[in-house]
Amino acid sequence: MSQAPFYVSPEQLMKDRADFARKGIARGRSVVVLRYDEGILLLAENPSPTLHKIAEIYDRIGFAAVGKYNEFETMRQAGVRYADLRGYSYHRSDVTARGLTNAYAQTLAGVFTTESKPFEVELVVAELGLTAETDQLYRLSYDGSVIDETEHVAIGGQADDITATLKDLSTSELPLREVFDHGVRALATAASGTLPAQDLEAAVLDRNASGHRTFKRLSDAMMAQLRED
Amino acid sequence: MSGFSPAFLSSTSNSFVELARAVAPEALPTMVGHDLGHLAPEGTTIICFRTATGILMAGDRRATIGNMIASHSMEKVRPADDFSVIGIAGTAGLALDLIRLYQLELEHYEKIEGARLSLGGKANRLASMLRGNLNLALQGLSVVPLFAGVDEATPAGQIFSFDVTGGKYEEHRFHSIGSGSGYARGALKKLWQPGLDTDAAISVAVEALFDASDDDSATGGPDFVRQIAPTILTVDLERGVVEIPSADVLSIATEVIDRRTRKAQS
Repeated sequence: MSQAPFYVSPEQLMKDRADFARKGIARGRSVVVLRYDEGILLLAENPSPTLHKIAEIYDRIGFAAVGKYNEFETMRQAGVRYADLRGYSYHRSDVTARGLTNAYAQTLAGVFTTESKPFEVELVVAELGLTAETDQLYRLSYDGSVIDETEHVAIGGQADDITATLKDLSTSELPLREVFDHGVRALATAASGTLPAQDLEAAVLDRNASGHRTFKRLSDAMMAQLRED
Repeated sequence: MSGFSPAFLSSTSNSFVELARAVAPEALPTMVGHDLGHLAPEGTTIICFRTATGILMAGDRRATIGNMIASHSMEKVRPADDFSVIGIAGTAGLALDLIRLYQLELEHYEKIEGARLSLGGKANRLASMLRGNLNLALQGLSVVPLFAGVDEATPAGQIFSFDVTGGKYEEHRFHSIGSGSGYARGALKKLWQPGLDTDAAISVAVEALFDASDDDSATGGPDFVRQIAPTILTVDLERGVVEIPSADVLSIATEVIDRRTRKAQS
């Protein structure tokens, strides 16, 4: 008896892949990126002090990710290689979040449609503008779709809850201390519990940084201080 | 598939130079066919010594082509990263390219690995980059760096000198490189002592560079007309690399010159 030809409609194929990726992402804890009056805050719930979800890509570009570690680590390293090579071949000011986001989007879309399994990741690419008006936040999904946000953006399993908590908040007008507070509260609400400083990973892109590299990790002590006053 | 080139996604290297060699070799300094040594700006004095808190490195600002002064304001001593400095003598174009490439090499490693290279690791990386440039050295376009810095394992700092073949040598008190290095080192032998505080160290650096510029035509002295002072950088574990403002250097240079003028006239 011969086997019946095996057919899966493209709609079904894409839906299965999307469901698979979404399930993988939903298992992880969330990350939120918020603008504040003098920079951009990247905030993650992450008990590991060494396996980072937040990273520096270039002088004014930060990276945040949720999902499968090895996959977003591959994306992070590719971003660093892309940015460093571009900055070396042209000029440091020619490395932009938009170019990087395009490269991420193309790669994610390519993997989603052609590889045997999609990447189970969501990414945020944040660029600190020279002025507050030119700050940029991009959210990338597992299938390569891109959304740009204006004030804050959340990714991961509880992204919708976090966005709902922060709704109607213009964080770009608030100082770091308040924005940090809002961010931690939104993460804690979504995680339904309190978040001690050692379970948080945070970094800022600081518009007042001296030198060309504006990315700075916040130590536990610095975070504790931000929460105190 | 567009997006990142496969090399970006599959590479396991943490070296920018290796990446660039594989993906964009045209972006790196390349080999040329003839001896161009006589056409390119060169000449320098760079000195480096230990201080009470760490390291001081200083260099003059002149670049020459033959008997012509090509530049009055070249910066040949630069921070390599937050805790180390590099100074380069030799063919100016290549020297500046090498500094830029080396700064990026350290930054790239730090970002990919999430940690800084150790001081010894940084020195070895620089040695292997020089070895890669050996073909240029054989054509008369040589660059010789001086590298120094501090890290947690060596808070007092270390100084490394190199040769064009990539040989790496640790210097224990002070060292100088470039066309005026002999005069500067002679001065340092008399002026340097262990445990110099920052002000005394700056004064020693200015005097040593002044001696070099006095006897070597390819080394520039402090320029009061254009207000150009030698570059002086200090490194310590607490504050990292600090550049001494040129106004401060010029005011110390004024004292040195006053002292010498009095001596010459007495």
